[in-house]
Amino acid sequence: MALSPIPGLIPVYEDYARCIHCGLCLNACPTYRLWNLEADSPRGRIHQMIHVEQGEVPVTDSFVDHIDKCLDCRACETACPSGVEYGKLVEYARARIERDYRRPLLSRVARDVVYRRLLPYPKRIATVARLLRFYQRSGLQSLARFTGILKLFGLDKRERLLPRVDSNFFYDRLGKTFPATGERRARVAFFAGCVANVTFAELNAATIRVLTANGCDVVVPNGQLCCGALAAHAGVRDVARELARNNLRAFLLNDVDAVVTNAAGCGSTLKEYDHLFTPGEPEYGQASAFAKKTRDVTEFLTALGLSALLKALPLRVTYQDSCHLLHGQKVREAPRKLLRAIPGLDLVELPYSDLCCGSAGVYNVTQTDASLELLAEKMHCASATGAQVIATSNPGCLLQMRAGAEIYQSNQQVLHVIELLDQAILN
Amino acid sequence: MHVDCKGDASLTIVGKEVTYLPAENTARKPLHRDVIRGLQNILGASMVLHRPEDLLLYEYDGSVEKGRPGAVVFPTTTQEVSQVVRLAAQHDVPVIGRGAGTGLSGGALARTGGVMIVFARMNRILELDLENQRAVVQPGMVNYELTRAAEAGGLYFAPDPSSWKSCTIGGNVSENAGGPHTLAYGVTTNHVTALELVLPDGEICRVGSRHGDSVGYDLAGLFVGSEGTLALVTEITVKLLRKPENVKTLLAIFDDVDGASETVAEITARAITPAACEMLDGWTLRAVEDFIHAGFPLDSAAVLLIELEGLAEVVAAQVAAVEEVCLEHHAREVRVARDEQERELLWRGRKNAFGALGRIAPSNYVLDGVIPRSKIPQALRRIREIGERYNFKIGNIFHAGDGNLHPIVLFDPRDAGQYQRAIEASAEIIRYCVEIGGALTGEHGVGMEKSELMPLLFSDDDFGLMRRIHDAFNPRSALNPGKIFPLNKGCGEITPRAQAAVRAVPL
Repeated sequence: MALSPIPGLIPVYEDYARCIHCGLCLNACPTYRLWNLEADSPRGRIHQMIHVEQGEVPVTDSFVDHIDKCLDCRACETACPSGVEYGKLVEYARARIERDYRRPLLSRVARDVVYRRLLPYPKRIATVARLLRFYQRSGLQSLARFTGILKLFGLDKRERLLPRVDSNFFYDRLGKTFPATGERRARVAFFAGCVANVTFAELNAATIRVLTANGCDVVVPNGQLCCGALAAHAGVRDVARELARNNLRAFLLNDVDAVVTNAAGCGSTLKEYDHLFTPGEPEYGQASAFAKKTRDVTEFLTALGLSALLKALPLRVTYQDSCHLLHGQKVREAPRKLLRAIPGLDLVELPYSDLCCGSAGVYNVTQTDASLELLAEKMHCASATGAQVIATSNPGCLLQMRAGAEIYQSNQQVLHVIELLDQAILN
Repeated sequence: MHVDCKGDASLTIVGKEVTYLPAENTARKPLHRDVIRGLQNILGASMVLHRPEDLLLYEYDGSVEKGRPGAVVFPTTTQEVSQVVRLAAQHDVPVIGRGAGTGLSGGALARTGGVMIVFARMNRILELDLENQRAVVQPGMVNYELTRAAEAGGLYFAPDPSSWKSCTIGGNVSENAGGPHTLAYGVTTNHVTALELVLPDGEICRVGSRHGDSVGYDLAGLFVGSEGTLALVTEITVKLLRKPENVKTLLAIFDDVDGASETVAEITARAITPAACEMLDGWTLRAVEDFIHAGFPLDSAAVLLIELEGLAEVVAAQVAAVEEVCLEHHAREVRVARDEQERELLWRGRKNAFGALGRIAPSNYVLDGVIPRSKIPQALRRIREIGERYNFKIGNIFHAGDGNLHPIVLFDPRDAGQYQRAIEASAEIIRYCVEIGGALTGEHGVGMEKSELMPLLFSDDDFGLMRRIHDAFNPRSALNPGKIFPLNKGCGEITPRAQAAVRAVPL
C-alpha cells in the first residue's frame, strides 16, 4: 500500500546533517537532564530520526516513545551552535509517526477527539468548558478531591492541572474593534486563541486594555479559530493546515500593522505558518506574509515603546521564560524590559529560567510524571528567589505554574507579564 | 621512529604482544547473554541497555569516529561500577567509560565493543567546601553546573572547554581537557587534587590528597589524561578558583595574519599572561559572524580575542599595554567590551565557532595540533596550501596564546572519497605540526582518532615506557582498548575505520 505523502515542510539532508553530534544540546534538554539517556536527548533523537529516514530502522514503539517524550521546547535550538532547526525535525517525525504508526486504541481515540473533534470547534470548546465549570463550581470538584476518588482512577495529578474556567467567555468580543486611547500609534489584529477564550478571557481582555492604553487600535477578527499549534506539534498536520487556512482568511493582513498574540505557543506556530505548506502550494505566500506579521505582545509593545503612564507596583517578581518565546521565537529581552518599566517592581532573575516548566502544550497530560518532575524543579527555583510573583508569557505555563504554586503552597502568584502591566496602568 | 606492524590480528610494539583485536572483528559482536543478565542483576534491568536501537546511540561522540558497545550501563555508585568491572573481567569483556559523549577524539567510544559505563547518572556534588576552595564531585557532574554551584561563593572551576555546558568533569579528567583559559590557568590536571578509582580488576582505591601537594609520586597526575586506559574515575576532588576582581575582553582586528601572530608573541614577551588569547582567521570569522553577529568585521584577515583579568589597576595597565602592542603590529582597530553583555557576545562568537561552521558543510573534522607560538604564520600558510591542494575549506580557530591550533576541515560525508581525503589532509596538517616542533594534540586527547599518528611523536622507547605503565594497571587491555596506542594498520596514518558518524540521508 502506497503511503500518502506528508503535507507541508519536509526536512532535507542538510537539515539533519547540520547536527554535528557535538552534544552541546544535552544539558540544555529537560528530558536529558531528567533521565540522562542519549535516546531522550536532542542529539539522540535526531540520530533516531536519521535511522528511520534512512529506512534502517522502522517506526518502532521505542522510537515513538522517545519522540513522544520530547517537550518540543526547543531549548536545544538555543544551545545548538550549528543552527539545527530541531522543531522542524521533531514535528516532521511526529507527522511521520501519525501516518506510519498505529497507536493503542485509547490513545487513538483521545487524539482523535482532542485534535480533530474538539480544538477546531469553538462551540464544542464552550460546551466542554460549561461542563467543567459546573464541576468546578458545584462542589463536585471539592467532593472528588476530598473523597480521593480521582486517585482511584489515577487522575488526581492531572486533575490539578485543569484550567479554571472563566465566568464570562471571550467569544462575545470576536468581531469587535477596540479603539486606541489617546493618539493612535498602531493598528493590530488580536489573536484570541482557542481554549484561552474560555479559560483566559480575563488575560485576553487585559491584553486589549494594555494595547489600547498604549495607542493601539485592536481588531479582534471574527471567524478566527485555534492556531493549530497543538495539532502541528502532535503531527496532525492536516488539521493544522485546515486551521491555518481558516485563519489566513479571517485576518486581513493589509488592514493592520501586526497580528498580536499573548500566547508564546501560538505565536511560535503563527510565525511558522509557512512550514505547514510547501512553496508550490497556493497558501504558501499568504502563510509567509502572516508569519512575518505575527508578533508576541511583549515583543510588539517593546518595539512600539510604552506610552501609557504606569503607577508603582511594589512587588518582587521573577520571570520564567516561556520556551516558545525564548527558544521558539528567540525573544528574551522584551518581557524583561516591560517588567523593568514598571516603577517599584523588583525583577529578580530565576535560575534556570530557560528550562521548561513541564507544561509544553498537552505534555502535562500525556507525560504527567515527567511534567510534574520538571514542575517540582521549577517551583523549587522560584521559591528560592523570594519573589511574590512568577511572571511568564504563555497561558500553558501559567496553568502549569499555578498548579505548582498550589501543590507546593508557595504562596506565589503566577501572572502573565501583560497582567502585571495592566495592573500598573493608570486609568 | 618505527612501529612494527604484524598483520591484522595483533600488533607488536617493542616486542610486546597486545591482546586486543582490530575493531572490525569485535565491534558488532553481541555480548553473551550471561553478561547482560549479570549486568541486570547488579544494576536492575532499567539501567542496562542492550537492544540494537539503543546501542546505536552510543556509537558516536563529538568526533568523526564510531564504535558500538555491546551493552550500556548506568551505575549510580562506586560499588556498582566496581561490580560491573569485576563482572566484565570474569567474562573477558572490555569496559569503556563515558560522560556526555562530547569528546573530539573518540575517547569514549567502544572501539572493540564491550560494556560501556555511562557516568551521566553519577552527577552529584558530594561536597562543596567554599572556604577551602575545594569540591568533591562524581564523574558525571557537568562542568558548567559545578561552576554554577560554586558561583554562590564567588568561585568557579577553571577548565572551560567549548563543550563546558554539557561535558562532564569525569570526561575532562580522562582527556585532560583544556579550553580558552588554559593559557593562564592550565589544563584539567592543574585543578585535580585527588581521585577515587576503580581498577580493571574491580578494586576501589584513592590517589592524591585533598589539600597541599601530594608527597611521593603524583599518582593523581598519572591518571588525569590517561583516557580511561588505566582505571575508571568514580570521584574527583577539584580546586575552585576565586573569580577575578576585574575582567576585560579585547577584540583586536587585523588586516593580515602575520600582524596578529606577532602580536601574540609580543604580548607574552612583555611578560603579560592573558587569561585567554584566541585567534580566528578571516574566512572563519566571516562564517561565524553570519550567525552570531558578534561584531567581527567581515573584511579583516584575523581577529584576536584577548582576555585580561586580575585586580582592577593591574588589568587597566595591561589593557593599555596590549592595545599598544596590537597597534604597533598594525591592528586596524582594538575594541574593549564595555559590559558583560558585549563580553559574552564576543565569547559567544568564539565558543560557538565550530558549530557555526556546521552551517556551511554537512560535516567537519576538528583537529588539535600544537605548534611553537612563533611559527603560527607559517603554519597557517601551510594549512591554507594543504586545503587548496586537497580542495577543502579549512577554518582556523585556535588558542593562539599557547600555540594550540584547531584547523577545521569542512567536508561532505555523502562523498566517500571526500571523507577519505579529509582524513588525509588532516593527517598531513598534524604531521606538519609535529615536524615544526609541535605535538599531535593539545587538549582533545589521542583517543582512537590519533592513535595511529602517535609514532610521529614517540619512539619505540617512549612506547615501551608508556606500555609498562599501561600494563602495570591494565595488563589485559580490559579498559578502553584501542586508545592512545596505535593499533596495527596505519603506521603513521589516520585510518578511517568506518564511514563518518553523520551519514548520508537519502532523501
